Amino acid sequence: MAGLCEGGNEPPGSLRAICKLLFDLLALFIERFMPFQSFMIYNGGAIVAMKGKKCVAIAADKRFGIQNQTLAFDFQKIFEMGPHLFIGLPGLATDTQTVHQRLKFRLNLYELNENRRIHPKTFASMVSNLLYEKRFGPYFVKPVIAGLDPKTFEPYVCNMDLIGSPNEPEDFVVGGTCSEQLYGMCEVLWKPDLEPDDLFETISQALVNAVDSDAISGWGAVVHVIEKDKITTRSIKTRMD
Amino acid sequence: MALDVASDYYNFSGPKTARFNPYSENGGSVVAIAGDDFALLASDTRLSADFSIYTREQSKLFRLSDTTVLGCTGCWCDTLTLTRILEARMQMYLHEHNKPMSTPAVAQMLATMLYYKRFFPYYVSNVLAGLDEEGKGCVYSYDPIGHCELSTYKARGSAGALLQPLLDNQIGFQNMENVTPEPIKMDRAMAILKDVFISAAERDIHTGDSILINIITKDGIKVEKFNLRRD
Repeated sequence: MAGLCEGGNEPPGSLRAICKLLFDLLALFIERFMPFQSFMIYNGGAIVAMKGKKCVAIAADKRFGIQNQTLAFDFQKIFEMGPHLFIGLPGLATDTQTVHQRLKFRLNLYELNENRRIHPKTFASMVSNLLYEKRFGPYFVKPVIAGLDPKTFEPYVCNMDLIGSPNEPEDFVVGGTCSEQLYGMCEVLWKPDLEPDDLFETISQALVNAVDSDAISGWGAVVHVIEKDKITTRSIKTRMD
Repeated sequence: MALDVASDYYNFSGPKTARFNPYSENGGSVVAIAGDDFALLASDTRLSADFSIYTREQSKLFRLSDTTVLGCTGCWCDTLTLTRILEARMQMYLHEHNKPMSTPAVAQMLATMLYYKRFFPYYVSNVLAGLDEEGKGCVYSYDPIGHCELSTYKARGSAGALLQPLLDNQIGFQNMENVTPEPIKMDRAMAILKDVFISAAERDIHTGDSILINIITKDGIKVEKFNLRRD
């Protein structure tokens, strides 16, 4: 921006001067129309995943909107990627769907090549790889992965930033526009070794109360509880304002 | 070539202006809970800026009268100025009316004082807690330019977003089924207060070290200290 007014050192019309002008215009354009942070809050949404005792839960809100205008209450942000494996993709809605489709494609190739289902950790690497390929023009999603180990059925949760740096904590992961509120709720409500029913109650209360103090999340929620031989999917009612 | 242009862009030596920024964000969190005959006001004691800690033992609570306490977070220098003027104005009220200001009166005056600086505001989040004229607990919270709201519980400051939803749930009975909302008891309020600060200190780097709790009842104000993590 500042470069525009001082072009005196280059001869006018030279290649360098033209390049400089183009670069300045590009910088202006990016600054004006594409502040990167704003993509993460363009559509809104919240996702949380928690570990329990031999089970894991993942939950998301259902809102789809453009900035402050809500357009739908049935937007899918969590996708089933295997028998005990889910991924949530909060962020820019178009990238949520694109990243899901590209991941599904790579997962299908993996399963055809290997002739077996993917391990959650391997899947996380796959997501990380896909995102880092777009290091300098990223997809605006912060993935949240929840799953069970196919052999031991130990719970696994993981989240990433938008360029694929993974974080695999012992307790819970959050993502979306009200991640601060979710951290506050989860930090108080979560306990080690929750049974599936208690885990459902905990994750639901954490999500619902967090989205209530965020204007661009909420409008219904969905909770998946993943156990060894059962996946329970529940839709929960929330405030619709 | 492309690299050349890029480095030119960032290294150009034209006229520059470094503007003075009169505000700083010194962090800290404040939580207030009011019951039928008491009010609790707590703040953490960490004073910080960016990634450095100035001190681990700075209370952000200001005792204004026997029934009123103010909690401030935000720009610490503005906090000091605001509270100094506020105390002076309360003295003037005392001498003029021969009685101390009631909590609702202080609340109204604070709103006026903040709005008076509408276009160069005090960069402070205020929470005022105390007992009203009937001895009932009350909590007033403000934005930096003087919008005032009366409630029974409030979390403000750097960890306000982490704390508020939990208070909505546990004290406001939001999203709870088969319960009748009732005013909170003192011991439960204390327990929730400590719990929320412990979890705020876990995730917010500007909140920690310890908390000071002011317990306001008709018998006066008691102060309690509670240690948090110091990292």
